[in-house]
Amino acid sequence: MDYSQFGSMIPELIVLGIFMLVFLFDTFSNENGKKILTPFTTVLFGLGTIAIWVVPACGEMVFGGMYINDTATNAIKAILNIGVFIVFLQSAKWVDSDEVAIRKGEFYELILVTLFGMYLMVSARHFLLFIIGLESASLPLAALVAFNKRHYESHEAAIKYIMTAVFSSAILLVGLSFVYAFSGGSLYFNDLAFTISQGEMSGLLLVALAFVIAGIGFKLSLVPFHLWTADVYQGAPTAITSYLSVVSKGAAAFAFFVIFVQCFGAVYSDAWEWMMYAVIILTITVGNLFAIRQKNMKRFMAFSSISQAGYIMLGAMAADGLGLAAMLFYILINKISNLGAFAVITTIEENAGKLNMDDYNGLHKTNPWLSFAMTLAMFSLAGIPPFAGFFSKILIFTSVTGSNSWALYMLVLIALINTIISLYYYLLVVKAMWISPEEPKIGSFRTATSQRVALWLCVAGIVFFGIVPYIYQYCYDAVQNSLALLSIF
Amino acid sequence: MDLSMLWYLVPSVVMLACGIYGFVTRKNLIAILISLELMLNSADLNFVVFNRYLFPGSMDGMVFTLFAVAIAAAETSIAIAIIINIYRSLGNTDIQEINKMKF
Repeated sequence: MDYSQFGSMIPELIVLGIFMLVFLFDTFSNENGKKILTPFTTVLFGLGTIAIWVVPACGEMVFGGMYINDTATNAIKAILNIGVFIVFLQSAKWVDSDEVAIRKGEFYELILVTLFGMYLMVSARHFLLFIIGLESASLPLAALVAFNKRHYESHEAAIKYIMTAVFSSAILLVGLSFVYAFSGGSLYFNDLAFTISQGEMSGLLLVALAFVIAGIGFKLSLVPFHLWTADVYQGAPTAITSYLSVVSKGAAAFAFFVIFVQCFGAVYSDAWEWMMYAVIILTITVGNLFAIRQKNMKRFMAFSSISQAGYIMLGAMAADGLGLAAMLFYILINKISNLGAFAVITTIEENAGKLNMDDYNGLHKTNPWLSFAMTLAMFSLAGIPPFAGFFSKILIFTSVTGSNSWALYMLVLIALINTIISLYYYLLVVKAMWISPEEPKIGSFRTATSQRVALWLCVAGIVFFGIVPYIYQYCYDAVQNSLALLSIF
Repeated sequence: MDLSMLWYLVPSVVMLACGIYGFVTRKNLIAILISLELMLNSADLNFVVFNRYLFPGSMDGMVFTLFAVAIAAAETSIAIAIIINIYRSLGNTDIQEINKMKF
């Protein structure tokens, strides 16, 4: 075997290297050394993130075509890395608190392992590697959800998460086993696409397709596979909730796009696109309607992120290079806005112990800067013009309407109407903070430095990522440069 | 007696159905975990059978099954660890009492 092939897996090697360093540091350092584990990991990971942005993708397929490292996968990995970096920043205070400090090494190690799994998942061009990546991305997350050992909710959330995760991967595996029956003996995405396009349309393969959509839909928390989301988001530690809501979702959406467009795009695009059509409409609408009645901020963000997942999957409906670029951009912007909101929620939970929307009444009197950041995040999530969320929504809608079919125009119309509904509940938070006449329930406090940095990063992203053309250009170029290697379209 | 592929696929589907039924109806967390294992095993059986009968020249399905079994073992161990935590805080493993968060 040619070991030089591992040299092509640069992003994976970087994350693995960081993981090993953190692991060794955590294992062999003394009490004083453990104190600097948090800044050590954060700085190391920040450097790794910059490295992934800077090191060019080699654009090769290695291990017989099982693994690919091209500009598009590199772009999604860099985007995931930004999310994880901000999660590290905003969780630094919680990680150093008395309850968690003794286990903080595990927190970082588990997050890095799940990130490694997501890398494999987006780079996989073979179903075996994809499954391994998917599982190593979702199993350690169950341990992370159960991280608050002394809180009963954490365990309840973890058991709900692990049961639905195993159930969904069982469904996914059964679906893949039927796909395998039609694959001509090879589970490579390319071979599979070729074999399927040679054969006739088969009913069993349609069932298998539905099983695969259900399996990945669980990971993406698309309606009707979303029932675990709100409970898990509420029970999990807030740092993990923000990690779940943006990072793991982004990776799953990209993998979904590659699998469906590359493997099933040739023959079954009609079938899976109609299935996804129904799923997307349900996801956006149900997510929005349930978000209206939530009082707990974490549950509120859970339903909001369900409906955002529907918007992300609009990129898969476009099923072309423009769709993938818009999807990457949407994932990045959604990540920045969501993390901005979660940073505020974390800060308030840690300093005042409040999580309900009513507690935010009159927040601007005591904490004007936090209210300001939260307002920007909500505006961006709702898609109000000068902020980044508006541009990401525009781009994803344009990519869907590119093919001029009335069905897709209807889809965009429904998504637009839902955007207006979503304005209502996002602005409820803004109203509570700025307009509500009640006396503030949360006293004035000083935000920790790391969280302040995270908040400023998010605010800068929300304000500038939309109007600076370089960001979308980066996504677009990344996709265009890898089109030949994706061998789709 | 000549065993065709159907002799293996029908038990596999029955296992899958039993697994889903058990997942939905059982009240004990351990029993739910057993149902999940049934579902995973049905997928593994499918892979092996398809490989043996349809593509006897290659090994893809067998290798896939080996990895799937390893992943299932990892899933079970994490689930058991979480169930132990639940048992410590609740005193039993009845899912009807794990209902603090809903709607």
